[in-house]
Amino acid sequence: MAERHVDQLSGIETTGHEWDGIRELDNPLPRWWLWIFYACVVWSIGYYVAYPAIPLVSGYTKGMLGYSSRAKVQKEVAKAKEAQSEYLSAIEAASLEEIRTKPELLEFAMAGGKSAFNVNCSQCHGSGAQGAPGYPNLNDDEWLWGGSLEAIHTTITHGVRNTQSDDARVSQMPAFVKDGIFSREQAGQVAEYVLSLSGNATDQAAAAEGKQMFEDNCVACHGEGGVGMTELGAPPLNNNIWLYGGEKETIVESISNSRGGVMPAWGKILDAPTVKQLTIYVHSLGGGQ
Amino acid sequence: MTTETEIAQDHNTAPDITRHDVEAVNKSENRSLYKKRVKIHPKRVWGTFRKLKWWIMAITLGIYYITPWIRWDRGIGNPDQAVLIDFPHRRFYFFFIEIWPQEVYYFAGLLIMAAVGLFLVTSVFGRAWCGYACPQTVWTDLFIWVERFVEGDRAARIRLDKAPMSVWKAAKRVIKHTIWLLISVATGGAWIFYFADAPTLAQDFILLDAQPVAYITVAVLTFTTYSLGGLMREQVCTYMCPWPRIQGAMMDEHSLTVTYKHDRGEPRAPYKKGETFENRGDCVDCKACVVACPAGIDIRDGQQLECITCALCIDACDDVMSRIGRPRGLIDYDSVAAMNARVEGKPAKLKPIRFRTVAYFCLWAAIGLFMLFVFVGRTELDINVLRDRNPIYTKLADGSIQNAYTFKILNKARIERSVFLEITEPQGARMKVVGAADTEPAMTALFDLNPDTLQSFRLLVQMPSDMIDDEATDITFQLRDMSNGETATYDSVFRAPER
Repeated sequence: MAERHVDQLSGIETTGHEWDGIRELDNPLPRWWLWIFYACVVWSIGYYVAYPAIPLVSGYTKGMLGYSSRAKVQKEVAKAKEAQSEYLSAIEAASLEEIRTKPELLEFAMAGGKSAFNVNCSQCHGSGAQGAPGYPNLNDDEWLWGGSLEAIHTTITHGVRNTQSDDARVSQMPAFVKDGIFSREQAGQVAEYVLSLSGNATDQAAAAEGKQMFEDNCVACHGEGGVGMTELGAPPLNNNIWLYGGEKETIVESISNSRGGVMPAWGKILDAPTVKQLTIYVHSLGGGQ
Repeated sequence: MTTETEIAQDHNTAPDITRHDVEAVNKSENRSLYKKRVKIHPKRVWGTFRKLKWWIMAITLGIYYITPWIRWDRGIGNPDQAVLIDFPHRRFYFFFIEIWPQEVYYFAGLLIMAAVGLFLVTSVFGRAWCGYACPQTVWTDLFIWVERFVEGDRAARIRLDKAPMSVWKAAKRVIKHTIWLLISVATGGAWIFYFADAPTLAQDFILLDAQPVAYITVAVLTFTTYSLGGLMREQVCTYMCPWPRIQGAMMDEHSLTVTYKHDRGEPRAPYKKGETFENRGDCVDCKACVVACPAGIDIRDGQQLECITCALCIDACDDVMSRIGRPRGLIDYDSVAAMNARVEGKPAKLKPIRFRTVAYFCLWAAIGLFMLFVFVGRTELDINVLRDRNPIYTKLADGSIQNAYTFKILNKARIERSVFLEITEPQGARMKVVGAADTEPAMTALFDLNPDTLQSFRLLVQMPSDMIDDEATDITFQLRDMSNGETATYDSVFRAPER
């Protein structure tokens, strides 16, 4: 207990504490303030009676009003769902092109699609759909299986190289070295030629060697000059976008052991309006055709 | 009461009784922890400051009660209330001004100006806000006026308080509290009219058709007005309000404040007609200043926390001074510095212009001018561009770089309009609007805007890689209304991979 101290000027006792030479007068509290304190105590008892309050061994006291924050959230979610249902049925009825050109539906679908994307797609494609090696960037204008609304919708609905859907997009690139079609050296020459298609070859002699092998083995799918073919999911090789990486080593690896990404058939998992919203969202990201 | 000496004496006479060293818990020397409220009966005064306060009360209450009923034509289908805070539609109307939620910085600016203005006034005039303009003071003053009207002035009220309960006393009390409650209801009632069309709401309110929130608001404000203005009064200023504690930081020895000039008044002594004022002070110790005080304090004790500088003691004292033929102003607006100067025999000068007040004024004026400047340049067309950060940029097949932007257009006009977006800097960038009929990137984009709305678009901007020579390029978007040439521009950046 601090020693008693009386302020000389006012004659009032201080609290006995001192902060940098400043002392606090210990004036008596107005009695009505005490009554407000008691009123708050009474009010809190009312709270205990009316609302959930005391934790018990299993559960808690429920309170007379039967209030529950969980029930409140569920009610609000149900209300929000009801508010959305009008839009969702409109989206279900409309064609993709109609959704894209109607600002109201577009805005709703982009928001709903973004949310569904973050939950279901971002694990592989990234939260900004920026992709990762082996998982395409959905913001750019290169599409393995086509970038029109219909093509994107089909890809999302049926997926790629999965066993869930009979209509899944399927194609298979041979593993040229593993299957004994190319030697390691030849794979390197083809890779050099592939790099030359986008003007990135460093060994022109090897690229010239690889040209014939490319024409014999690769053009069927990747097209003359490596322009790609969306019907077969064969990416263009003549530009700056590389699904697995544009270094020679990675390309040799792709030629040697083949590639083939897998994507689930989301039509089996999500309902039709959600797939449509996802389609619109992905189409809006930057490369939609 | 038995003192310790008496106990000691008892002890001496009876040696076999043990003497305990103990104190009663409620010993009277131990002061109470709680303070009983002393009822104050302010006496009516006449004078300059009382008159000024009546005027200020009439004007401030007039503004408060009448404003929601002023009409202002904004065309068909739009609210015709001059001052309206429209929460459902997220608009604030103030005569010819219409503020959108995006522009709440005007409110922030006004609040900052109000705060700095309060600092300025406090540093020059002391607690002028407390004494004249604070709602607590204004309504308390009104309630005291009602009390005086019903129950009489100070002496009559004290008599009434002491009188046993009677029909007459009960009637006076009932009338007083009824009028107080009516004023309180009117206060709460006026508040809600700022948030909805006043005539419609008034009708709904009376027919019990209004929203529950309207009734709850009126009930809460009725309760606070009645209890704070009628029952609590000076207790609010002394114990509840933080402002008296804060304003000490704005005042200095040159700040004007209601002051008893002790150098002139002391030594105080009662005065009989015909006596001289030689060898004594002017204060006749009549305590007119104390009975006039709504906080119940004695201004002659010096500056006090409880004093709201309402200046009624000045009027009370001036009245006495003029009756005994002494100069007015024994209690007056004065500064500590001026009084100290007089005591030391130096010329007493008031110094309203000093570093502190000039600094507050300059700050206040600078904020005001800046806001005015922004306000004058306000357009009915506004854009806001937010660059997507995930991904920062996208490399396209042909090697060009694409950035995505969330593009918001505010059409504050109440008409549909067509606007035209172009990138003025750098030349050659192309853009594409998600949702537009044409999916090919172009140099410009056309938007049809709905009246009075905020619309949001996703905009994709592409630049060939040979145009880019830095990882961040400044980019300027310009929106132009094709019919009246109004423009809005926004500067952003375009990001590209490291070179």
